Amino acid sequence: MFKQFAFLVLFTFSVPAAGFARQDFVTSFRLDNGMEVVVLEDHRAPIVTHMVWYKVGAADEVAGKSGIAHFLEHLMFKGTDKMAAGEFSKIVAANGGSENAFTSLDYTGYFQRVAADRLELMMEMEADRMRNLRLTEEEVLPERDVVLEERNSRTENDPGALFSEQRSALQYFNHPYGVPIIGWKHEVSALTLEDAVAFYKTYYAPNNAILVVAGDVEPWDVLALAEQYYGVLAPSDNLPPRIRPQEPPHLAPVRAEFRDARVGTPYLIRTYLAPNRKSGDQKQAAALTILAELLGGSGITSVLGKELQLEQKVALNAASFYGGVSVDPQTFGVYVVPAPGTTLAQAEAAMDASIAKFLDDGPDAEHLARIKTQIRASEIFARDDVDGYARRYGAGLTAGLTIQDIQDWPDVLQSVTAEDVVAAAKDVFVLNNSVTGWLMPLKEEASK
Amino acid sequence: MIRFLAVFVFVLWNAFPALAGITIQQVTSEGGIKAWLVQEPSIPIIAMEVSFRGGTSLDAPAKLGATNLMAGLLEEGTGDMDAAAFLRRTEELAARFTFDAGRDSVTVTAQVLRENSGRALNLFKQAITKPAFNDVAFARVQSQVISILQSNSTDPNEIAYSKMDEIGFGNHPYGRPGEGTIETVSALKPADIRLAHAAAMAKDRMFVSVVGDISAQELGPMLDEVLGDLPETGSPLPEKTTFSATGGTTVVDFDTPQSVAIWAQPGIERDDPDFFAAYVMNHILGGGSFSSRLTEEVREKRGLTYGVYSYLAPYDLAPIFGGTVASANDRIGQAIDVIRAEWKKMAEQGVTAAELEAAKKFLTGDYPLRFDGNSRIASILTGMQITDLPVDYIATRNQQVEAVTLEDVKRVAGYLLQPENLRFVVVGKPAGVEATD
Repeated sequence: MFKQFAFLVLFTFSVPAAGFARQDFVTSFRLDNGMEVVVLEDHRAPIVTHMVWYKVGAADEVAGKSGIAHFLEHLMFKGTDKMAAGEFSKIVAANGGSENAFTSLDYTGYFQRVAADRLELMMEMEADRMRNLRLTEEEVLPERDVVLEERNSRTENDPGALFSEQRSALQYFNHPYGVPIIGWKHEVSALTLEDAVAFYKTYYAPNNAILVVAGDVEPWDVLALAEQYYGVLAPSDNLPPRIRPQEPPHLAPVRAEFRDARVGTPYLIRTYLAPNRKSGDQKQAAALTILAELLGGSGITSVLGKELQLEQKVALNAASFYGGVSVDPQTFGVYVVPAPGTTLAQAEAAMDASIAKFLDDGPDAEHLARIKTQIRASEIFARDDVDGYARRYGAGLTAGLTIQDIQDWPDVLQSVTAEDVVAAAKDVFVLNNSVTGWLMPLKEEASK
Repeated sequence: MIRFLAVFVFVLWNAFPALAGITIQQVTSEGGIKAWLVQEPSIPIIAMEVSFRGGTSLDAPAKLGATNLMAGLLEEGTGDMDAAAFLRRTEELAARFTFDAGRDSVTVTAQVLRENSGRALNLFKQAITKPAFNDVAFARVQSQVISILQSNSTDPNEIAYSKMDEIGFGNHPYGRPGEGTIETVSALKPADIRLAHAAAMAKDRMFVSVVGDISAQELGPMLDEVLGDLPETGSPLPEKTTFSATGGTTVVDFDTPQSVAIWAQPGIERDDPDFFAAYVMNHILGGGSFSSRLTEEVREKRGLTYGVYSYLAPYDLAPIFGGTVASANDRIGQAIDVIRAEWKKMAEQGVTAAELEAAKKFLTGDYPLRFDGNSRIASILTGMQITDLPVDYIATRNQQVEAVTLEDVKRVAGYLLQPENLRFVVVGKPAGVEATD
């Protein structure tokens, strides 16, 4: 430990003793200006993935400006003081790199995959656009049309996506998780250059960013480059605390029937408000993660699949899902596609009966053991996908987890007992906290 | 018992450092099964991919969807294990299997832990060689496929592609839906699935790749064990054909706010000496980078779409050259006009030296980055074998890209890009787009 620290001092980086840690193939640092740095080593091939994650997403937007986080993500590929619009992408391509960016409710991320010897160039360019973006109306307006077409492709043309958007809005009365990431169409249409610049200046800064570098690199080299390019950037001085309006008590179950002529297969989804992984306290989220596997994580070997698909034959498909990585509580969901001849009401009743029985009986011990075996193995398989590992750290850290939390997670999952699962399920399966949605064809077509 | 094993090792080194680690060994088992192996011991896992040439194109017109349903049923039980027992066993071993049917091939993959690879691959073997196809699982998976077909029937992209196949390939198997229709899938019986299995999954059309923590000496007996029981020969492959749609526009009326447009014309064979020139040309025209001409003109300058791409699709039985775009109903007409104009412009003028240089830099730099992860490498190796590429292709591929000249691209663009033969299929309520048929 001391030796590593001395090594750092040699390079004259003012990194406090608590500011870095190295475990296994993961090393982390914090720069003076507040930027976090995580390095994941994978020396199998001379390739590197360079990612910058901002701790800002759609849930950080102000009311009325939905879609601005995502719109800004598009605009980040325009010019800076040093680079013309589109030049960033041209340089990445000219270096044989691939790149993209993504926006979620809680984070916005940018990445490039390149040969390991091009890392410095990527850092130089990414650091440049962190603080020096220059936008013009001529660039912003066509890009807003692009985003509206993206919304057309993803949402307006897909009844399942419209249904999902409506269900989310019903799930959160007060929290911004009810607003779609891409934004409501009427609000996206009205976003301006000024909106984008204000959002950018507030949130795009080293003290709101996490650098994740994964691949054939040495941590100390990455730190030196990070100090050189990101370490010199000025932090944001108006970064608001991430305190979003929270949900009041939900006192009535919500139901929605969504009909659209373009629905080919009807299905039902129910989501319940559910706690997320919290730093130092991931136990309940771990139990819910295992619960999602037990109930509907693997088709016909899981509870809903076995009972609804195999035994009662009332479903073509049944699943449950839970994420857990988010700044604020999100949802636990269950999903059933009824078999031909079964109505949505019958499928829902069968699903409810199956869940009630599970709460009484608890999980099958062998089933729980198989899930834990797979979780153990998935940590080995995950080593084959260093980009996946990098995303795990980026998403976890932007949601407020620590590296320790992320590294503890597999063990927390292993420690979950059958009793933990049932207790967590009973806490979460409160009908008043739920939205039940039915996706259906138009009435005249339903009788066919 | 130690058995004789013939191992031919072909060691491959090349000028691109990122590829230096990719050493392909050609292994032939005692039973005569050939495989390409990359030994990668740093993680104790093994990825195996087995591809069978043929795929859904083998289906007879009355049995459309049989091969697709067969592939879906491989994970639904084997021997005396029913579907749930098979899946439970897979979970106990933490093995990961996939079974897929495409137009040109059936592909099965396994990702297993080294510590239980013998047992896990034996389970994989049972699925491939002794699938149960029992009535219960058959009925359940048949209903699932019909439900997917129902969903596809209201998906504008699915509607567009099946319409284009119909127009371009008529009565050839490529003109028919590979997953079948609701009518044909409903009429299938378990006996049809057994026939489809025997037709599609035979050694005479099999290509095997293995990547991971396993040596050539260990792999030989494993190949015989896992794949040795497959039949020697399968059904004859269909005849080759050509994409024969005439130029023009087909409109499929569908009530949705954004029109989906796809286009196609005849393409170029993978083994054509001009393939690389065409490949580089397409990258500049509309390949998957942010800086292609189509992206620049349709998306960046005019904001008409979120994504516009062109692609060379050298299917086994007919090559096509196509593309895809989606725009609001009142803007799709303009997008199509711009695409036609770009097709014509490149046909007449070729590309610039700067564009060619940038394309080569991207394509040669990007290629090594594809080799990340055992499963991905296994998939590349199988793809190479099934398209008859030599084992040293990885080493020479970038040189073939580098060798493309400005004159090559101009010459190939001149005959390959046929603006007058472009057939568009538009699904939506496109304003101002005239159907020509």
